[in-house]
Amino acid sequence: MSSTDNQKFSPEERKIKAVKQMKDIMTTYYFEAKIAGFTGKKIAWITSGGPVEPLIAMDIIPVYPENHGAMIGASKMGPELCNIAEGMGYSADLCSYARADIGCAKVNGGPIDGLPKPHMLICCNNICGTVLKWYEAQARYFNVPLFILDTPFCHDGYTPEIQTYVKKQIQEMIAFLEKVCNKKFDYDKMIEVGKLSIEGQRLWQAVLDTTMHKPAPMTAFDAFFHLALIVTLRGKQLTIDYYKLLLAEMNGRVEKGISAVPDEKYRLLWDNLPVWYRTKWMSDKFSEHQACLVADTYTSAWCTSIKYIDENDFINTMAEAYTRIYLNISIREMADSIISMIHKYDVDGFVMHSNRSCKPYSFGQYDIARIIREKTGIPILILDADMVDERYFSESQIENRINAYMEMLKNKIS
Amino acid sequence: MDGDTLIDKEVVFSGYNTVQTAGDIFQLIITRNNIKETDPLHIAATGYGRKLVTFAGKIITEITCHAKGACFLDNNIRTVVDIGGQDSKVIALDDQGNVKDFIMNDKCAAGTGRFLEVMARALEVDLETFAEISLKSHNPVSISSICTVFAESEVISGIARGNKREDIAAGIHLSVASRVHSMANRVMIQPEIMMTGGVAKNKAVVGALEKLFVKTIKVDELAQYTGAIGAAILARSNQ
Repeated sequence: MSSTDNQKFSPEERKIKAVKQMKDIMTTYYFEAKIAGFTGKKIAWITSGGPVEPLIAMDIIPVYPENHGAMIGASKMGPELCNIAEGMGYSADLCSYARADIGCAKVNGGPIDGLPKPHMLICCNNICGTVLKWYEAQARYFNVPLFILDTPFCHDGYTPEIQTYVKKQIQEMIAFLEKVCNKKFDYDKMIEVGKLSIEGQRLWQAVLDTTMHKPAPMTAFDAFFHLALIVTLRGKQLTIDYYKLLLAEMNGRVEKGISAVPDEKYRLLWDNLPVWYRTKWMSDKFSEHQACLVADTYTSAWCTSIKYIDENDFINTMAEAYTRIYLNISIREMADSIISMIHKYDVDGFVMHSNRSCKPYSFGQYDIARIIREKTGIPILILDADMVDERYFSESQIENRINAYMEMLKNKIS
Repeated sequence: MDGDTLIDKEVVFSGYNTVQTAGDIFQLIITRNNIKETDPLHIAATGYGRKLVTFAGKIITEITCHAKGACFLDNNIRTVVDIGGQDSKVIALDDQGNVKDFIMNDKCAAGTGRFLEVMARALEVDLETFAEISLKSHNPVSISSICTVFAESEVISGIARGNKREDIAAGIHLSVASRVHSMANRVMIQPEIMMTGGVAKNKAVVGALEKLFVKTIKVDELAQYTGAIGAAILARSNQ
């Protein structure tokens, strides 16, 4: 694709049209959660890796403090809310999602004046151990019941013992939901929700796959935005409808040759959560160098467990899917996953966000970098920052690193 | 530079008004060498203030420039350790002076020139004397803090306890060296190693680093100009 082909698209044409619909859906979602007190629906706060499908089957509204954390980051309200939590006695070394959420709950702050109060908390520690204490703290604060789904770490694979242990807890979770909601679990509805969840995940994967095309119709920064639905409302029809719309738009862009980055020349892979308060800035920085972050390890985490689930028997096969997630496996497996993405998306470089907040994601990054370097030889850039707490972001250093990396990459490839 | 020959060089404090300083130093150099602004000149700018040099034809990061500059000074160099005023970097380069990999310090001044400036002030010595006296120490005091400000408190406590000035000074230099050395281990260190940047003039840091790397570290008399030399070379290249 020659550079002149890409220059014929205006910035307006390059904008993704589905964005508006996503904003409307999320507004409605949070609105419905906020008025749950009037509609009589139950609210559950749940961790981002938690099993949401049983909640959907019970007609409970799931609310995600982590998704809210991303919104807090994007609204640049992180430092203020983290400060409040630190004033309450929480360590500045804690995850900034946790600090922001705890601070926010105290003052009903943040971009939507606080989350609606939960009737229950569902905590799955597949993503990290911080959530255990965070959710325990919030359970005490709100005086509501807490369910913990304990998914053991898969060092070298998924053992029968893990399977038995986690499966038993899924049963316990159902009993918990029945008790809190004072109604029987609808297993027929669960079958339907399970299928919708799988279909949604398949569609999300298809959306992400469109960036295999050169040039890519969207970037990882776009994916960070469009991710919200598959995280929060997995198992609902509206999620499927939205991703069908988004996929059609992406396919249309591929056909017309509309690229996210004008004159895309360098393709990069991103690792770890986004720097939520600087997604546009970062996207522009790379774009100036004709570099496109075509894929990332974070957004793909919400569709890689499909292979473990029998879509006709979701409830009995979900234990493995929820345990074997990207952050709950060995470094070797993580590196293998990255290497296959490097080949799949045919990238020239790898950008790793060393995210101060996320210990499971960031510990081991240097080892993973070493493995990637040895096996693929592609140059790696490490950016030290934090996903929500802007006090840990040094703009001129980060800019310097990005520029130096791109100078190195351009020289290597030319 | 004229072709591959270095003709002249100058270093001044950047000050608050970088734009003014850049213009002034440029005028100084061209006047001194009977160059006219209308002569065919290739100008590149590097460093944190590089974007403010509006008359530069190229803007290049100092990482790329230090690699090129180090290679110019000695084409056996394959690793550059650059400790500047507010950051430190380790750069792996090839035989053409191209960057193969690099690492920069995390948000912490403790492995940079700023740390040394703060500590020299606490011990009431100038930077040159600071390095000299530390070389007299036989028993360096351990400075454990990784925060410059907390380390300063340790130094002051040390003075109050009666620790010898040279021992405190040696401990400080070791602290900087060990911070940079541990960062450097993340990049493949290959000989020959060259130190660039202002702190390369500090014999105590160089000596401490040599002990940690267990390798000789080369320091050119033009160490402080390495970035500028690299920029001058790149100014006329196609890179």
